[in-house]
Amino acid sequence: MTVELGQISLLAALLTALVLGLLPMIGSYTGNRRFMAVSTTASLVQCLLLMVAFGILTSAFIIQDFSVEYVARNSNSLLPMGFRVSAVWSAHEGSLLLWELILSIWIAAVALFSKRLPEVFRSRVLAVLGWISVGFLLFILLTSNPFGRLIPSAVEGLDLNPLLQDFGLIVHPPLLYMGYVGFSVAFAFAVAALLGGEVSRDWVRWSRPWTLVAWAFLTIGIALGSWWAYYELGWGGYWFWDPVENASFMPWLVGTALIHSQAVTEKRGAFGNWTLLLALSAFSLSLLGTFLVRSGVLTSVHAFASDPTRGIFILVYLGVVVGGSLTLYAARAPKMIQGGGFAGLSRETFLLINNLVFAVLAAMVLTGTLYPLLIDAIGAGKISVGPPYFGLLFTWLLVPIVLAMPIGIYSRWQQDSGSRLISKVRWPFLMALAVGTIVWIMQPDIGFVSAAGVTGGAWVILGSLFYVVQMMTSKNRISIPASVLAMTLAHVGVGVFLIGLSLVSTLSTEKHLRMEAGDKYEMAGYTFEFLGTSIVQGANYSADQGEFIISKGDREITRLYPQKREYAQRGNTMTEAAIDPGFTRDLYVSLGEPLDQNGQAWAVRVYHKPFIRWIWLGAIFIMAGGFLAAANKRYRRKMTAKEPVLTGTKEVTA
Amino acid sequence: MTPTRKRRLIGVLVIVIGVGIAAVVAIKALNENMLFFVSPSDVKEQNLPAGKRFRLGGLVENGSVNRASDSLAVVFVVTDGPNAVDVRFDGILPDLFREGQGIIAIGELTPDGHFEAAEVLAKHDENYMPPEVADALEKSGHVEKAE
Repeated sequence: MTVELGQISLLAALLTALVLGLLPMIGSYTGNRRFMAVSTTASLVQCLLLMVAFGILTSAFIIQDFSVEYVARNSNSLLPMGFRVSAVWSAHEGSLLLWELILSIWIAAVALFSKRLPEVFRSRVLAVLGWISVGFLLFILLTSNPFGRLIPSAVEGLDLNPLLQDFGLIVHPPLLYMGYVGFSVAFAFAVAALLGGEVSRDWVRWSRPWTLVAWAFLTIGIALGSWWAYYELGWGGYWFWDPVENASFMPWLVGTALIHSQAVTEKRGAFGNWTLLLALSAFSLSLLGTFLVRSGVLTSVHAFASDPTRGIFILVYLGVVVGGSLTLYAARAPKMIQGGGFAGLSRETFLLINNLVFAVLAAMVLTGTLYPLLIDAIGAGKISVGPPYFGLLFTWLLVPIVLAMPIGIYSRWQQDSGSRLISKVRWPFLMALAVGTIVWIMQPDIGFVSAAGVTGGAWVILGSLFYVVQMMTSKNRISIPASVLAMTLAHVGVGVFLIGLSLVSTLSTEKHLRMEAGDKYEMAGYTFEFLGTSIVQGANYSADQGEFIISKGDREITRLYPQKREYAQRGNTMTEAAIDPGFTRDLYVSLGEPLDQNGQAWAVRVYHKPFIRWIWLGAIFIMAGGFLAAANKRYRRKMTAKEPVLTGTKEVTA
Repeated sequence: MTPTRKRRLIGVLVIVIGVGIAAVVAIKALNENMLFFVSPSDVKEQNLPAGKRFRLGGLVENGSVNRASDSLAVVFVVTDGPNAVDVRFDGILPDLFREGQGIIAIGELTPDGHFEAAEVLAKHDENYMPPEVADALEKSGHVEKAE
């Protein structure tokens, strides 16, 4: 019976979302304060109802209620407890419910933490979020109900897809959704500003911490996905330019442009319309991503056979959101205030470079992702776009970004002089060149592009760190502002990421071998000795477990135990790689397939991956920078009055 | 023209030229990295040139998989019912590679008419059929019952 309660909570949440979308919006136009005050209650009630619904679905998984179709499809009586909980969001219906739950949490957070915003503006923000929620709840209720019963009830469940029986799955989707969905807040702020014909640029300052938090979550969500793919898919890749990866990457690219253009708009008033457009685009791309993933129109490792009505529903929803917001933008944006001008060389210029490149990158990824759909639609054949397309574009477009990043840090708003900037960045630049050259001499195999990548990474790191050091050592400045620390942390993360990426892409050694028990193989100074396999029983699988001794010279470094699992219920085979991680290198072993009848000879993957951890380490830095920037006290001060402009800049009235 | 206007004009021009160059590079890269999906029947009918990369999709014919005893080399037959292509591959096949299962192989034809695969993909869900393969099978009249 309880499952029906879940369904009822969903319906109640839909009604609440309708109230949230309607009353505060009407109130904001008629000046009815009681209507506007509904927004807080409705936001909180909606969040509570969705927690109830989500809790009920989770409990159905925990008690193994196989009379619920979704549970029967994605769980099994042998499934360990931890995975029973994460199985809730392992497939379509449950992950949409998670999406909606996270949206309601964001809405509740906005309701709770934005009490100091002007009432009219705040009501509109929450009402817009209410409408987004209405759309998603309708989607869930009409096409993807997780509470559907199975009559007669199943005796045993089909089991969770073994790929998803993993820690990575427990954390990856919620974090990714926190980012995806979080951009809805920036979107709602932008729409509310457009509705009000907002003359001041205060809305940008109000929406900045929300955008930063969403962006930081998205950063770590994407990085976790990449890490999961690396150890779970069993062939050591960390990024595939798969359409579904691109779907999460596009909002990130636009989000990165957005947080930088918000800085310009907040501080200088320039780029006002552009910031609005980016805020609308970031969330629209999140929705497009959801459409691409959920409609199954694209071939991808994530694509599951799916129901076409779902695709059509999201497409309509996407049309309403994108079409509606762009129409509003076209009607209102020309009336919005324009900011102060700036010279050809100024901080604005550098942030403009950032915005241009990130917008172009997003457009390129969008093109590469949708092009196959377009070709298919016009009947010109079925194609796919290979990873080299994306790799080539990113390599080239990263050049201006990497060059400009450290100089931008030192530059002044409005106008700066070239000679001053050159004198500031001379030392970090020369040191970075030295670092790159030394690395290239030590490892000539990496080639020019990767050596340039290492140089660029060092340039970004050193340039950022020098700035902080100069601040600390200058006489009139004792403490470093939190915003500078946040920026430095994120930029250093970019440098670390770049160095990792450059080194791993050229120094990696990958070998596919036929190995029999007793065989040895030498790679990058390590000896991999295969001792053979034995049978191991897990909770819901049995596995052939290989044993490898890794040694360097006479010294044993570690033993690795890769597995080949057979999951009984679904009959799936799964590769569990074994990895010895390290700061400067990973050793990676995974079993391919048995090559003879008695299981003595195996196909084996043996990889040596230098500096691969730096890729995710960089992402962690970038995320931390985002959170630190959002935690800035500046955003929590009085929100209605205009902020005094920071020291060192000259205010220009618009 | 006032200096401000002139500066703006230059700025706009730089942006337009930059975006233009990027677009040209992108289209070129896109065309070079486009892989067509081809079914075994297409291979037979279209007389494809050797050495051009494409994606071959179909079912692995039952009983056709043959492994070398001393290396990772493997040969198998990919079929869509009426037509079939011999595939050679040197490497590790994916977990879900089975006889009778839909797969996609990326590679090129050799002058002797074999398909030399550089990569073999099978999907992660055993019920799942790559959409292109399902389409191709339907077209060739060899409809498999897919869930």
